[in-house]
Amino acid sequence: MAAAETRTGSVADRALAPINRLERGERIRIAVIAVLLAFVLLVLPGMLSAYWTDVATSVVIYTIVALGLGLLMGRVGLVSLGQVAVLALGAWVGARLLFATGLPFPVVTIMTGLVTMVLGSLIGLPALRVSGLYLALITLMLAGAITVVIAATDFPNGGPGFLGHTDATTGAQVIRRPAIATSESAFFRYSFVWAALMFLLALWHVRGKPGRAWATIRQSEPAALAAGINISLYKMWAFALASFMTGVAGALLAGSSGTLYNLTFPTQDSIILLAVVLMGGIYSLWGAVVAGMLIKLLPALLDNWGLPPDLLTILFGIGVIQVLTTAPTGLVDQFPKDMARLGRFLWRSVGSPGARASGGTAGSE
Amino acid sequence: MIKVENLEVRFGGVKPIDQMTVTFPNGTCGLIGPNGAGKTTFFNVLSGFVKPAGGSVTAFDEDLLRMADYKRARWGLRRTFQTEQAIEDLSLYDNVAMLEEHSTSNGGGSRREDVIGALEFVGLGNRDPATKVGTLGARERRLVEIARAVVGKPRAVLLDEPAAGLPDEETEHMGSVIRRIPEEIGALVILVDHDMNLVSSCCELTSVLDFGKLIASGPTEEVLRDEQVVRAYLGSEEV
Repeated sequence: MAAAETRTGSVADRALAPINRLERGERIRIAVIAVLLAFVLLVLPGMLSAYWTDVATSVVIYTIVALGLGLLMGRVGLVSLGQVAVLALGAWVGARLLFATGLPFPVVTIMTGLVTMVLGSLIGLPALRVSGLYLALITLMLAGAITVVIAATDFPNGGPGFLGHTDATTGAQVIRRPAIATSESAFFRYSFVWAALMFLLALWHVRGKPGRAWATIRQSEPAALAAGINISLYKMWAFALASFMTGVAGALLAGSSGTLYNLTFPTQDSIILLAVVLMGGIYSLWGAVVAGMLIKLLPALLDNWGLPPDLLTILFGIGVIQVLTTAPTGLVDQFPKDMARLGRFLWRSVGSPGARASGGTAGSE
Repeated sequence: MIKVENLEVRFGGVKPIDQMTVTFPNGTCGLIGPNGAGKTTFFNVLSGFVKPAGGSVTAFDEDLLRMADYKRARWGLRRTFQTEQAIEDLSLYDNVAMLEEHSTSNGGGSRREDVIGALEFVGLGNRDPATKVGTLGARERRLVEIARAVVGKPRAVLLDEPAAGLPDEETEHMGSVIRRIPEEIGALVILVDHDMNLVSSCCELTSVLDFGKLIASGPTEEVLRDEQVVRAYLGSEEV
């Protein structure tokens, strides 16, 4: 009787255990994310100097760009080597709109996103016909073309006409920031909130109908067609979403920089961006954060330590080889595993003598 | 009913399908033939992946060939693939929901019921719908594909070797699922397979393709005894 009771009890426990554990795991994750968000939003800006706050803002802005590219590559399987050029487009449009209108900054940011979405989708048009290496090549060429055009027109600085650029030093103005975020640390917080919104937008897509369609397209286009998925539409949708995010990042970059220069957007940065996005990890949204740090924090650190910036190219080269050969899910997945392994290794090698003495049985399993 | 008339497909100088005329009335119809006979090509024509050089396909009084490929699922055409195409990164539920949301105009309310119903229909009802399909074995992945093929009131279901690579007892379960499709789902099934036991246990009518030509069509038992069919499969004595 008692035995039967305990057995049914344990069966019920076992049936409930995974649900409870899942909920607890999820709850812990949400709590950790909330604490991290609060720290970055409230504590971090107070700890950083103006220089490092500026670096942190760049990290946030490039995280948004990386998020878009990561979605394209990881979710849909499309390569784009033109995302930094799209960012330049976004910055141009953002600056132009900020000078041309008196609209609130958030409104301009969204408008910039929408305009960039249209322009960026045009870059994605070839994706309907080609993929892989050829698509990468075409997007790189388009990026080069955009860079050339922007080099000729230069960025708006409050000048006259459609282009809004003036070479006269007296007429040049600084791009405005939102009234609530004029200081460096306030603008960092402001950008951070936008980045969080973009993550939610990405999550909403990935977990919903487009995410399911993208996963199907990535694995098998015939299966997607047979399932009634309009492949052209969903590929363009992905490019549109990535471009929207990059446009938002462009508007933030315009506000952050005050004055925009062509030098900020060299074509080869699109290639570097692809490398760091791969290294960060394209199958998890958090990979974008790692990518943002790699492309903006790492150079600042090297600079700070007095190391040559060219070292980055070598580091990223090695990093990409490492990711492609041993860790296709990127640092965001690999790093915690490596740390856990290192922890176990250290525990075993410098563990207490008592544990080692009785470790004969434990070690043999 | 799917009516095929003088269908012809050309790949360069090769004719994988040559003047094929056949009718699939209802229930489960078999389509068999040696490797390279044009069975999968025929399915690809119905799916819209291959544009035929001539002929017509009338499905339930509509010209199927004039429909855009991705719109055929919404019209009611479903298929599975020779190499199973369950989407690994999606859960059981999402695999089926993905098709449901793109090929029916159902709202969110009845969607969940439909998807769970389809999973139960194929015998995956005891599985947690949140299970990632990448963690499943070959049999269950094939069943996921069938679940996708039966969700949302399809009119015609094309099964391309659904039992390929499965051991006998699992093939039997697959057969029992397939046999229930016409009655419970209300769809016409065209079954391509090399397993003659499966074909004869599921299909009243069977058609045979050989080198793109239809060489026999009729009640399954008669067709399987047909001399021409035996010759196509086993070769003739005179060389």
